[in-house]
Amino acid sequence: MGKRLLQAHSLLVYLFLYAPIAVVVIFAFNGGRQVLNWDGFSTKWFGEALADPTITEPFKNSLLIAFGNAILACILGTALALALARLRPWLRAPIDALVYMTLVTPEIVFGIAALMFFVQLGNWLSLGSILGLWTILLAHVVFNASVVALIVRARFVGMGQSLEEASFDLGAGPLSTFRQVTLPRLAPAILAGGLLAFTFSFDDFITSFFVSGAGTTTLPLRIFSSLRFGISPIVNAAAAMILALTLLSIVAAYLVLRRTAQMRREATVIPGV
Amino acid sequence: MRRRGAIRAGPRYPGWLALPALGYYGLFFLAPLVLMGAVALSERVGHIDFVYALNFDNFKVLWDPLYGEIFLRTLRLALFGTVAALLVGFPLAYYIARYAKRKTLLLLLVVVPFWTSFLIRTYSWLIILDPDFPALRALKWMGVLADDFSVLYTPTAVYIGVVYTYLPLMVLPIYATLERMDWSLVEAAEDLGDPPLRAFRRITLPLAVPGVLAGSLLVFIPLMGEYLNPVILGGDKTIYAGNLIGLQFGSSRNWPFGATIALVLIALMTLAVLAFIRLARREEQYG
Repeated sequence: MGKRLLQAHSLLVYLFLYAPIAVVVIFAFNGGRQVLNWDGFSTKWFGEALADPTITEPFKNSLLIAFGNAILACILGTALALALARLRPWLRAPIDALVYMTLVTPEIVFGIAALMFFVQLGNWLSLGSILGLWTILLAHVVFNASVVALIVRARFVGMGQSLEEASFDLGAGPLSTFRQVTLPRLAPAILAGGLLAFTFSFDDFITSFFVSGAGTTTLPLRIFSSLRFGISPIVNAAAAMILALTLLSIVAAYLVLRRTAQMRREATVIPGV
Repeated sequence: MRRRGAIRAGPRYPGWLALPALGYYGLFFLAPLVLMGAVALSERVGHIDFVYALNFDNFKVLWDPLYGEIFLRTLRLALFGTVAALLVGFPLAYYIARYAKRKTLLLLLVVVPFWTSFLIRTYSWLIILDPDFPALRALKWMGVLADDFSVLYTPTAVYIGVVYTYLPLMVLPIYATLERMDWSLVEAAEDLGDPPLRAFRRITLPLAVPGVLAGSLLVFIPLMGEYLNPVILGGDKTIYAGNLIGLQFGSSRNWPFGATIALVLIALMTLAVLAFIRLARREEQYG
């Protein structure tokens, strides 16, 4: 009896979690001019969205930022993870604390701090306003390098390091050990971390909102600014496309991780990032 | 970091590999936060400018019932969100951990929404809560809801939105503790005559406390700085602490004051975290 009740409750919760997402997707296929008045199935708003430069330009910006951010985050995060895995505790503890700090600091706080920093930096270097694509990218990497570092380290520690030790013992330097021994085994974790970094950056609103400056728009910023005028079919189609893109990369990240994780437990640790 | 420690056996990757990331954090994370502290203490000149100083006026300004009201409202929102997420999330985590067959899949289904765009998940409620949304119209037509029923752009919409947004963060840690639980303890208690509810209270609940605390923390902290839900679903009509900060960098253009509010917010969160940790420690010892 208790079980049945719990089952019903769980079903309702899943409905609660997915119905809103489904609603966005379904209404994106509404052919009518008004989002909420169903006027036949149509994909025309996707076409209109993809033909609208005020959507495609921000879309390109978002892709550029997300890619650059993912690459930078992977490099910094992986190097950090390799170093952290065997650092002595008195050194590791404060670095760990710093990594977690970057993850839990409220985005609004980091966003305004980064804004003030970049404005001040521009003044000091006499460059004027440096806010734009670069500042968004640089700000995104802070959070995402930590995400990659955590995922890669979990994998690195989990797989044991006897092969690395053998490689070092046999006289290989860090670089060739990394290329020949570590990278092949860590690649899935790095790829998964990179995919997550990509989605987080592509989806990000608050940090981008503060450090974007006047002339630069990302897709989430574009959608947000149009919400002031209510919901429109074009924006709804764009939102559905964002959902599709991020869902795809999340599922890809999960599959990559899962295929290589020997133990189920390892796979369940990752979502808790 | 420079000397390779000989304490632990085996060669390893050199510690300096941490330096690029640490340099990056130093420049783009710590330096901005330090600068924020300096700006909070600076003095406003004219309407948009400020000079660095050692000036606590901003903190005094914040000591005003008007702002106290905003912080209390934020606290209420954060507490409501945490408790509601707990009430909704705990039974789900319990079901997955104890009864479900495809645990990994069900857990993944909880995580996926959390990893999809915050903005769009909030935006989706803009559609659902619209008075013209077909399901709402149907409910009105059937007389379940009053004709003028509308919660969009009210605090109620914000409350719904935050529970929706943060629910996955509550489920994960609770599931993690329940999953490790030995259910035969519960079965034994039930076999020995404890009614299910009593067995739950005496065995499951105490063992789940660390997960509940972790989940509450994960929901409570970001909620104290919540920005997006009040703007989109609340129609920017009700101001919470995060919005108050945002305003100082938008239309009000008072950076020193904005930085001050952010500092106070971080201080309040740190206090909350410390309190949570103490609670968790005590539970570990006596629970």
